[in-house]
Amino acid sequence: MSATISNSYLAGLLTGRPDLSAAFSSPAHAWLNRLRADAVDRVGALTVPTTRDEEWRFTDISPLTRIPFQPTRNAPSLDAGKIEHFTLPEPGARLVFVDGVYAPELSFNNAGIVMENLAAGMARHGAQIAPHLGRYAQFHGNVFTALNTAFLHDGAVILVPDNTSVTAPLHLLFIATQEGTASYPRCLVVAQSGSSATLIEDYVALTDEAYFSNAVSEIVIADNAHLNHVRVQRENGAAFHISSCAVALAHASRYQSVSVALGARISRYDLNVVQAAAGAECTVDGLALIAGSQLADTHSCIDHAQPNGTSRQLHKCIVDGAAHAVFNGKIIVRPGAQRTDSSQSSRNLLLTGKARIDTKPQLEIFADDVKCAHGATVGQLEGEEVFYLRSRGLSDAAARNLLTYAFGAEIIDRIPVPTLKHRLEQIVLAHTNH
Amino acid sequence: MIYQDSTTLLKVRGLHATVNGIEILKGIDLTVNSGEVHAIMGPNGSGKSTFAKVLAGHPAYEVTGGTVEFEGKNLLEFAPEARARAGLFLGFQYPVEIPGVANSQFLRLAYNTVQQQRGKEELDPLEFDDFVREKMKLLEMNPDFLDRSVNEGFSGGEKKRNEILQMALLEPKLGILDETDSGLDIDALRVVAGGVNQLAHKDNAIVLVTHYQRLLNYIVPDYVHVMDGGRIIKTGGKTLAVELETRGYDWVSAAYKAEVSARA
Repeated sequence: MSATISNSYLAGLLTGRPDLSAAFSSPAHAWLNRLRADAVDRVGALTVPTTRDEEWRFTDISPLTRIPFQPTRNAPSLDAGKIEHFTLPEPGARLVFVDGVYAPELSFNNAGIVMENLAAGMARHGAQIAPHLGRYAQFHGNVFTALNTAFLHDGAVILVPDNTSVTAPLHLLFIATQEGTASYPRCLVVAQSGSSATLIEDYVALTDEAYFSNAVSEIVIADNAHLNHVRVQRENGAAFHISSCAVALAHASRYQSVSVALGARISRYDLNVVQAAAGAECTVDGLALIAGSQLADTHSCIDHAQPNGTSRQLHKCIVDGAAHAVFNGKIIVRPGAQRTDSSQSSRNLLLTGKARIDTKPQLEIFADDVKCAHGATVGQLEGEEVFYLRSRGLSDAAARNLLTYAFGAEIIDRIPVPTLKHRLEQIVLAHTNH
Repeated sequence: MIYQDSTTLLKVRGLHATVNGIEILKGIDLTVNSGEVHAIMGPNGSGKSTFAKVLAGHPAYEVTGGTVEFEGKNLLEFAPEARARAGLFLGFQYPVEIPGVANSQFLRLAYNTVQQQRGKEELDPLEFDDFVREKMKLLEMNPDFLDRSVNEGFSGGEKKRNEILQMALLEPKLGILDETDSGLDIDALRVVAGGVNQLAHKDNAIVLVTHYQRLLNYIVPDYVHVMDGGRIIKTGGKTLAVELETRGYDWVSAAYKAEVSARA
């Protein structure tokens, strides 16, 4: 793809930017307008990545550039009944976005903290938002983060005050309903010192047609704070989903995430965690379960920038049909990040001869007193396990289905929201019943 | 126990089997009747475990000769699951760990699959829970084992108890227990053996595959067979096991070799 064509595609995407000068006209919003303008410039300078770019070597996103996606100006108003099977009983607050547009009639907040649409929250909580928004999700080298920032308007701002434990999960539900739409949701979570909360990000569809989700989340976890982050990508099979999440961890803070990718024709998730102070902990688990001609790409980077940090990562892919999964897991241990304790495991199950996985653990260690373990396996179901189950009366197919389910369930089991966990188990069960 | 009115459960004649083209079983003959307990002993590499796996239908082994009848039917034509449903059970020497599958889920699935095939009633999760807890008492198992993944993180003794629990649930006609005593301390051995003894009755049979005699102090066999070089080279009563414990296996092998060369 030539740079000109790529740029004209990006230019086409940018023509859909709404005029927000009225919305953010106050001088207090000057920084925001600058951020967006910088992002627009950056989109102009960058190109859509191709497989010649190292970071996109295995993920050909040229099919995206054949469809001129545009943000919608009128998202449909949905009945509560229409979204019933996506809602959960546990959350204490829920924000719903339909085709990227905030839907207040489907949202509620009983969590006792600030959780509201970013566009509205900007006016009331600008002072708390300004130091963080756009600081962690760097768009200099990432055209999709730049695009999201250029469109920055709707999304979630979640502010958890000092020493506050929010027990009920906080649910962000992104629903696609219309063909050809592009949505650019943005999410900012600031967990202040000693606080704890559980965030669910859920991407779903009420259409079978193609659309484009380009989401960016920024998560800041202050000293001794703890955040659980569950991310479920269950877009429809025609969708394009390109998203990223940047997490900054302060002293002795903890970030636990489980991300599950089931949907989309092509999906890409970049998770970047920086342990910016000593003694931070993160657990970053993932499952991609794909079939047909789906492509699911997860790139993660855990940056141990300070001493005494720990990180745990288990990423699994179950690849059926002629689908293709990609995992690139980078671990950086910076000079001075002594006594880092890090482990990473990439385990992959190929269910057919045509399924494909590219997995690449990438360790960059610049400190000497560290413990870093990593490993990757790619395989088919173990003959011994299948035989064990068959010797107990299960048919060959039932044994294989159960083992495939179990392979995925190990990740699903780590989701701390029972109803969501149960529903995902049912989805995995249905996927693995041939 | 040897009964007058027993029926023949297993009849093996001239069984030969290979793995990766190497012959391991070189002509096994064995008859097991209902009510009986058999012990198959022998040195490492004699083919005992291979014999157990071949009976259960392990796909890595190829039967190259001989016949195996189970209740008069050709067992070798059955897939492993069909053998299980027909009433053959193999207790594994190394039970497989299955992370992600709760033990209760696995046990119920196995139980209901076999029940359904036998035209018997299946149990829903609540009914099954009561049923399995009763069976667990037999093996002095903590009910926590129901919630854990199948065999994952179980000690050697816990895995073996879980095997016998499966036998208790599936109620096989023939239970083949491969090195069930290996890795057990004396207390666990007593519990596991006690469980097996309670499950043995006049309509089923047990075949114990073991390297050591100590299990046979707790489960008393009617027949002891010595395997070596892929054949059963001697059969005796329970006293043979005691003799093997004191004298080892070499004298049996030597006697067998002398007998074979005398015949030749």
